[in-house]
Amino acid sequence: MGMKTDEKLIMNGKRLDGRKKDEIREIEMKVGVIPNANGSAQVRFGDTVAIAGVYGPRPLFPKHLQESDRAIIKCRYNMAPFSVEERVRPGPSRRAIEISKVTRLALEPALFLEDYPETVVDVYIEILQADGSTRVTGINAASLALADAGVPMKDLVVALSGGKINDTLVLDLCGKEDNYSDADIPIAFMPRKKEITLLQMDGELTPQEIKTIIKNVLKAGEEVYKKQKEALMKKYEE
Amino acid sequence: MAETREIVIPGEVLCDAKEKKPSYGTFIEDGKIISKFLGIPRDSAGYLSVVPLSGVYLPRGNDKIIGFITGVEKAGWMVDINAPWSAFLPLSEAVDEFIDFKKTDISRFYDVNDVIYAQVSDVKRGDVVLSMRNPMARKLKDGVTIKITPSKVPRLIGKEGSMINAIKEKTGTIIRVGQNGVVWISGEKTDKAIKAIKLIEKKSHIIGLTDEITELLSD
Repeated sequence: MGMKTDEKLIMNGKRLDGRKKDEIREIEMKVGVIPNANGSAQVRFGDTVAIAGVYGPRPLFPKHLQESDRAIIKCRYNMAPFSVEERVRPGPSRRAIEISKVTRLALEPALFLEDYPETVVDVYIEILQADGSTRVTGINAASLALADAGVPMKDLVVALSGGKINDTLVLDLCGKEDNYSDADIPIAFMPRKKEITLLQMDGELTPQEIKTIIKNVLKAGEEVYKKQKEALMKKYEE
Repeated sequence: MAETREIVIPGEVLCDAKEKKPSYGTFIEDGKIISKFLGIPRDSAGYLSVVPLSGVYLPRGNDKIIGFITGVEKAGWMVDINAPWSAFLPLSEAVDEFIDFKKTDISRFYDVNDVIYAQVSDVKRGDVVLSMRNPMARKLKDGVTIKITPSKVPRLIGKEGSMINAIKEKTGTIIRVGQNGVVWISGEKTDKAIKAIKLIEKKSHIIGLTDEITELLSD
């Protein structure tokens, strides 16, 4: 967002990578990729790859961080130094801290944390390769990892980004579109009741455009949900 | 391809709340029974439950578990029971004789890193109390311990102990299974027993597993 380019992002109704405006990238999901963790998953949206590991519920120390009536989630989003062309400086940056927090808030409503008082659920999300929409890819991976870890959940969390490029409303922005877009909106929601748990916006949109994007994301999210379901089932097929 | 059991995912609607009663692993929302876990749905006498395929151990009263002593306190021991909370074994529940703990060092009964087979006597929220007042409870010596997913313990034991007895017989080992997913093995062919237990954990959802295990052990 924010940068200007003379390059046409949409030509003859086709995007840079040949997609239609409401088409999402190729999705690949795999559950149980980290044997050491209680639950883990790897999710790929086009060229964006995220891996998530969940540990716990486990005892939490120091004791003053414990909540007496529920478990807490500790969430860490991190980009690998090699995930983009120009090296990412390792360690938490302003951006990583913010995304860690919104990821935690996106996952919290889906969990029965009150079943495990005084404990912690650790969620680690690592971006191995970044090409736009990393936070939604991370949330999808974390949702699968939590289900794989056997943490009681109300529903899975499905995330997808929407946005506006060259005055066209599109879905699932890739890296270049993300950089030169007029606006982008990452959305996470629980598919059964369509409850939205993450809604951020960067850029400028009219209220009507926002409504349309939300509607499109909720509709296209069904496909992502189907993939999540398949990935979970696949682990136990043989 | 072996036949697998039906699997549900978290958030999947199982049935109407009027038809059946919700049990462990489920919750009610808008008059529907919904699964909490990735697991296998089970219907027993009108109660619908979901047995999770993975997850940590949730201590419950009267469970028989295997724990590791992590600390010696003034009047008892802290025990790691492979759960989200650590447990406490009070001196009064562990030793029958009178102890004057001003004069005695209680680490002579149980010391750090000892492995014990004990019973959960009380659970209040995150507060777990253990007891050795069970004929089976004792300190486990000279063996190895491995951890499996706690929800798969019933599968490892089998119908009336059929699976675990088969492993014990064929490998000539002594095996203790804690309901917290810790398995203690002692004997000659320990490696073979571990291999069998790991296989059961991996393929617990497949019907006709007992035959496969018998085949593996008879090689």
